[in-house]
Amino acid sequence: MSALGYYLESEGIPTVQISLVREHTEALAPPRALWVPFMLGRPFGVPGDAGFQRRVLLAALQLLEREAGPLIEDFIEDAPHEEVGGPPEGLACPVSFPRPASDGTAEDRFAAEVSQLTAWHDVALRYRGRTMTGLTGLAPDALFRYLVDWLGSSPPAPFRDGFTPGQALKLATDEMKAFYYEAKAVQPGSHSAGEINDWFWLHTAAGEVFLALREMARQSTDVTLKGLATGSLVPRAADAALDASARGRA
Amino acid sequence: MVRLADLPESERQHLLARVPTLPAFPGRPWVSGPALANRRVAIVSTAGLHLRSDRPFASGAAGSDYRVIPGDVDAADLVTSHASVNFDRSGMQADVNVAFPLDRLKELASEQQIGSVAAFHYSFMGAVSPITAYEREARALAGLLKQDAVDAVLLSPV
Repeated sequence: MSALGYYLESEGIPTVQISLVREHTEALAPPRALWVPFMLGRPFGVPGDAGFQRRVLLAALQLLEREAGPLIEDFIEDAPHEEVGGPPEGLACPVSFPRPASDGTAEDRFAAEVSQLTAWHDVALRYRGRTMTGLTGLAPDALFRYLVDWLGSSPPAPFRDGFTPGQALKLATDEMKAFYYEAKAVQPGSHSAGEINDWFWLHTAAGEVFLALREMARQSTDVTLKGLATGSLVPRAADAALDASARGRA
Repeated sequence: MVRLADLPESERQHLLARVPTLPAFPGRPWVSGPALANRRVAIVSTAGLHLRSDRPFASGAAGSDYRVIPGDVDAADLVTSHASVNFDRSGMQADVNVAFPLDRLKELASEQQIGSVAAFHYSFMGAVSPITAYEREARALAGLLKQDAVDAVLLSPV
């Protein structure tokens, strides 16, 4: 982010940036930065809270009126909560046709989860009026099939022309995770980002399949899978949570 | 949350380990401008955002290009293809303004707290290393911003 600020300002465009990692911003010293104490991914603090977002935005923009820099100011107000919203009110209960609960393979349980969560994702779509899925062009059941086919004897063909196998698998995993997260966020109860992460990585068959996909990528000779093997599939925080969970069971 | 001290140790160490790898840019560019109420503001994000119909970002240095986000974009058309999985996406899924505050910017313009909102906004994908890989596209983007009479850029990371 600071590099973009440096290049744009060098070309004559005044810039101000939000800083999420103060140590990086201090090292790069961009012209103007507002450091905020929010989680990575939420530079304006709180989803659905226009007033809070507005305070952050104005605090940042007002730095444009300073007379000298470089400068880093702190936004000292913590985000009041980390929830992504509770269940919508006034919506009918979702009609769902889940497969029978299964103690079978991870693939069987993954299929059952996708089937069940489809109803909740429909609720999310009605509630939010938007989704960040839809980039692969695959419906959830087709996305499921595409992912589990990677664990078979031969990798599936990319679902879109011009994609490498690694690009296609990366988009598919990100999309399946977005489908899970969006569906979970509207289920009854209050859900923070951390709780949804723990649910996905510690308690779903999808999480198990993702870990198997990472292992597959590690074993593969396909260089386009390298990123998935090393870090673009399983978050570092998820690995830490999985390790802690394993230690707790030991 | 989320000061480095609050992060899991592995995440904290990863972020701190990047500090000595960051480049030292020569000089300290500083461009002044009019009062905020007279500025035309564009958002440049590194959230890997783009329209659903756009080409997704590539990984590695090939991903140092940008996507154009029209000022009249419908939030329902925005998706992300960011390479990193180490930041929260649940917030953006619920409300894209938490990372790309276009609605808030339009509100400030209607209240005349800023002059106007740019016709176009832009998103890079912030997982490119080294960060100097952005130079060519960023410098070219400055020309487009000037054509749009932009004199304030809000840089928004994830």
